[in-house]
Amino acid sequence: MDERLLKNEEKAVFALRALYQNYGYLPFKMSKFEEYDLYAYNKEFLVSDRVITFTDTDGKLMALKPDVTLSIVKNTQSAKEKRKVFYSENVYRVSERTNQFKEIMQTGLECIGEIGLYDVFEAVLLAAKSLDVISEEFVLSVADTVLFEAVLEEITADKKVKSALAVLLADRNRDDLARVCFENGFTKEQTEKVMVLASAYGDAEKVLAALKSVCASVQAKEKIEELKTLFALLGESGLAGKIRLDFSLASNSAYYSGTVFKGYVKGIPEAVLSGGRYDSLLNRMGKAGGAVGFAIYLDLLEQLEQTAKAYDIDCVVLYSDSTPAHSIVKAVQGCVEKGERVQAQKELPALRYKTVIDLRGEKA
Amino acid sequence: MINIALPKGRLGEKVYDLFEKAGYDCPSIKENSRKLIFENAEKGVRFFWVKPSDVAIYVARGAADLGVAGKDILLEYRPDVYELLDLQMGKCSMAVAAKKDFYDDTERTLKVATKFVRIAKEYYAKKGREIDVIELHGSIELAPILNLSDVIVDSVETGATLRENDLVVVEKFLPISARMIANKASFCFNTEKVEEIVKKIGEILKNGESL
Repeated sequence: MDERLLKNEEKAVFALRALYQNYGYLPFKMSKFEEYDLYAYNKEFLVSDRVITFTDTDGKLMALKPDVTLSIVKNTQSAKEKRKVFYSENVYRVSERTNQFKEIMQTGLECIGEIGLYDVFEAVLLAAKSLDVISEEFVLSVADTVLFEAVLEEITADKKVKSALAVLLADRNRDDLARVCFENGFTKEQTEKVMVLASAYGDAEKVLAALKSVCASVQAKEKIEELKTLFALLGESGLAGKIRLDFSLASNSAYYSGTVFKGYVKGIPEAVLSGGRYDSLLNRMGKAGGAVGFAIYLDLLEQLEQTAKAYDIDCVVLYSDSTPAHSIVKAVQGCVEKGERVQAQKELPALRYKTVIDLRGEKA
Repeated sequence: MINIALPKGRLGEKVYDLFEKAGYDCPSIKENSRKLIFENAEKGVRFFWVKPSDVAIYVARGAADLGVAGKDILLEYRPDVYELLDLQMGKCSMAVAAKKDFYDDTERTLKVATKFVRIAKEYYAKKGREIDVIELHGSIELAPILNLSDVIVDSVETGATLRENDLVVVEKFLPISARMIANKASFCFNTEKVEEIVKKIGEILKNGESL
C-alpha cells in the first residue's frame, strides 16, 4: 500500500490500532446513538452538555454520541474483572471555538476495573507512545488532581477562595494569584505554597522536590511518592524527556480523580490528547472500581504540515469524439500501471497536472 | 522564532518599548511603513500588529506564541491561553455608568447596554439583579442618553467621555490592565524562551524603570 495516499489521521489510526492491540486492548465498536438519558444524568462528565437529539421510532429520545467513555462505562457489567478496550469513533459536540456542532474523529482507550499503579503507568506510557506515533516532537503533561486538591486544602478551607486559586493556577496567572493571597491575608507559608503550585511544571524530579518541601499532609506526601514511582517507571521508556509534570491542568477535578494528562504535538495549537483517571464517573454510575483512559482528537492532525502537493493528478489523457475508445483505454491503463494518477478528459481540467497525452488527432 | 501579537495603537507601542528594553528589539518596527510583520532573526522574535480585540484569537489559535491583551477581553471571551504577566499598563476599570439622575428601581428589569455581555451578566447575576442586556459595538455612551438603556457597563479610564456626555460612574467593579498571554501548546515547546522573555520584562516592571 502506498502510504502517501493516507492522510495524517488515517496513518495515525492504523499505527495506534497496532499499538493498543500489542498491549492487549480489545477493539470496541459501538452504535452512533445512545439514549439521551445517559447524558442528561451525567452532564458534568461531558465536555459540553449540548447534544444532538432525535426521537427514535419507538418514541425514545436518542442522542448522537457526544462522548465515548460514558457508553463504554455503561456497557461494563462488572468492574471486578479488569477490562481493556480501545475505540475509534466519531463523536458530535459543540466546538468551543465556533459554538457550532462538529463531528470529531476520536480514538482512545479505557482500562476499567481495579486500577493500580501499573495500569496508570501503562495508560500514561501508551499516551506518550501514541503522541510519538503522530510526531517525534511532542510533550505529554501530567498532573494529579488529588495531590492538587490536597495542597489547596492545606492552603485554605474556604471553597470560594480555593476555586478562585484553581482558576488562576490553570491560567499560570501569578500576578493575580499574588493579589488573591494578599486580599485574603494569607501567611507567608500559605503564599509560598500557592507560588510553588504555580511553578509546578517541568522536570518531574524538580517539581516533586519543590512540592515535597512545602507539603505537610499525609495524603499529599503519599501522592508525591506515587508520582515519583510513576516517573521512575516512565524513565525507562525512552520517552521520559518528553513527559513532564504540569499542575496547571489539575484544576478540572469534576471529571478526573487522580492522574490527569494532556498531550501536545508541535505544529498543532491545542492539546491533541486528553485523559486521566476517572473513578468518580464509575461511582456515579453505581459501579465499583476505577478507570483510566484517554482520547486523541484525530481531526486536529490535519493541521500538521504535510509536504505540499504540487499536482492534483499526474496525467491528463485528452481525447475527442473521433478518438477510438481503445486508444483512450490503452493510454489510461498505461498511466495506471506506472502508478500515476490519471484523468481522461475532452478538455484540459482546472487541476494541477504534470503531463498531457493528447489523443485528439487519432482517428479510427 | 517566537511570534508576538501586539495590539495596534498607543498601548502596543508602549508594550513594544518594554520588549525593546528587555533586549528583544526590532528597529524596523519604528520606521514609518505599512508593513505588518517585523522580525529580528538574531533575537528570535517576530512582532506583528493586530486589532487589540483580535490578539487573543491569534494567540489561542497558535498564529502567535505570545500576545498582549486587556483583562476585559480575556474575561469576556475566555480564550484558552496562559496569562503570564500583568504588564500594569492600559489600566482602567470595568464600571457601571448612567445618567446623573439615574435611580435603580429594583421593581423593574434593568436595561444594560454593553460591549461586554458576559462580564455584565456575571456582575448582575452575583447581585441577583434581573437585567436585559443590549449588546452594542461602539458609542455605548449614547444608550442611556437616548433611553435605549438604564445603564452601561464599559471600561472607564479617566471618565472624560462619560463626563462630556453627562454620565456618571455608578460603580467601578473590576480593575483592568494589559496582560501578556501565551498559547498553551506553544508554551510547552518554547518554555525556556518564553519564560526568559517574561522574566526580563517582569524585572523591568518590578524595578519600575521608566520607559
